Amino acid sequence: MQPNTGAAAAIEFCDVAYTLPNGRVLFSGLNLEVRRGEMLVMLGRSGSGKTTALKLINRLLEPSAGEVRVNGTSVAQTDVIRLRRSIGYVIQDVGLFPHYTVERNIGLVPRIEGWDEGRIRGRVTELLKLAGLDDKLARRYPHELSGGQRQRVGVVRALAAEPAILLMDEPFGALDALSRDQLQREFLALQQRLGMTVVFVTHDLHEALLLGSRIALMEEGKLECVVSPEEFLRSSNPLAAAYVRAFGNGANVIAKRGPE
Amino acid sequence: MNLLHFLSQNSDQILESTGEHLWLVGISTLLAVVIGIPLGILSERWPGWNKPVLGGANVIQTIPSLALFGFLLPVPWLGGRADRLAILALTLYALLPVIRNTYTGIRGVDPAVVEAGRGMGLTERQLLWRVQLPLALNVILSGVRVAVVISVGLATIAAAIGAGGLGEFIFRGLAMVNNQLILAGAIPAAALALLADFGLGQLEKRLRPR
Repeated sequence: MQPNTGAAAAIEFCDVAYTLPNGRVLFSGLNLEVRRGEMLVMLGRSGSGKTTALKLINRLLEPSAGEVRVNGTSVAQTDVIRLRRSIGYVIQDVGLFPHYTVERNIGLVPRIEGWDEGRIRGRVTELLKLAGLDDKLARRYPHELSGGQRQRVGVVRALAAEPAILLMDEPFGALDALSRDQLQREFLALQQRLGMTVVFVTHDLHEALLLGSRIALMEEGKLECVVSPEEFLRSSNPLAAAYVRAFGNGANVIAKRGPE
Repeated sequence: MNLLHFLSQNSDQILESTGEHLWLVGISTLLAVVIGIPLGILSERWPGWNKPVLGGANVIQTIPSLALFGFLLPVPWLGGRADRLAILALTLYALLPVIRNTYTGIRGVDPAVVEAGRGMGLTERQLLWRVQLPLALNVILSGVRVAVVISVGLATIAAAIGAGGLGEFIFRGLAMVNNQLILAGAIPAAALALLADFGLGQLEKRLRPR
């Protein structure tokens, strides 16, 4: 992919439709822009189409109509392997390779990309530090880690080849409340430090308010609104208002984010 | 003891037959692995292959072994060489467990692991070699183990078409109503089956992903 500095948007959905194999139209006419360096949270219930939309970005799924662009170039015209290696991808079930040590899990894409061993080793050390993990964990296998450690490894594995874009699908959903809270905060700080563009899928308003620079609310394949967390809390959109009511007092969360 | 005496007296011949037996089982298992694993991979990749491949292997399995050896006799090039014929028949029988376990082994790999691999930008080939096959290896090996144990037993029947092996003793013993002769074939065959089962079982345990 050529970096197209002219485009302000890192990712664009242009009139995108997705039809399920059984013929049901999950969504159509989806238009959405993800700005460079922002953390866009796609909030919605299961079945709202948020995960599907996410997978259209790295072509794990193909749209039935319309176009998804990354850095101004249609993903359909980009080599799918190159595209995926330039975009990090983190899922709730992590999907660490159980037969690889932490070091080999993190180093897999750099290794395939032909980095020399010294550089891979350096990158792994750097990433483990970034994730707040002990370097000794490098030689452990995934089953020897706690859930929180595994998810941290999952996140930094996605960062290994230095992607400018990160896609995350409920990455902290399977964690206990304490670990989740800690990882969310650390991740927010990391994202701001690295200036990455992140698309973050969740059904949790708390998470959306805490992490999102903007929140895209989806319901039954329709994009209800795309607003900042502050605007979300005051939104006149009936669905957004319903979320806020169900959630209680959300203003606290934003206050907790601290100065940015 | 009478039997022990008999076994030690005929040890040369028993060893030779055991060697023949191992040759028949070894070569046919090797062929079944070389043919069966790719077929298992293909039928997992392309759903269209699944039914004909597994179905075909299933049908072969239902043919009585003695009949299969008989069917293959008139095949040119094979018919003249009893050992080739026996190897072909044993290979055909060993295919099903190898194909089926390759298929289910790859199917059984955690979908999250496969999705993560794909999402990271592994090519389908890299995904297969680096992720799916290593993680399916113990299941595939357990199929090979089943194939070997079946083959050790079936290979005794190969003696019926003159392919040698431990079946020679059994058939001769049956014809002469001589239990010692039957046991001289049956005991080493059973020992081989147990040994192969145990050895491959140990290997399989070591390969089990955690």
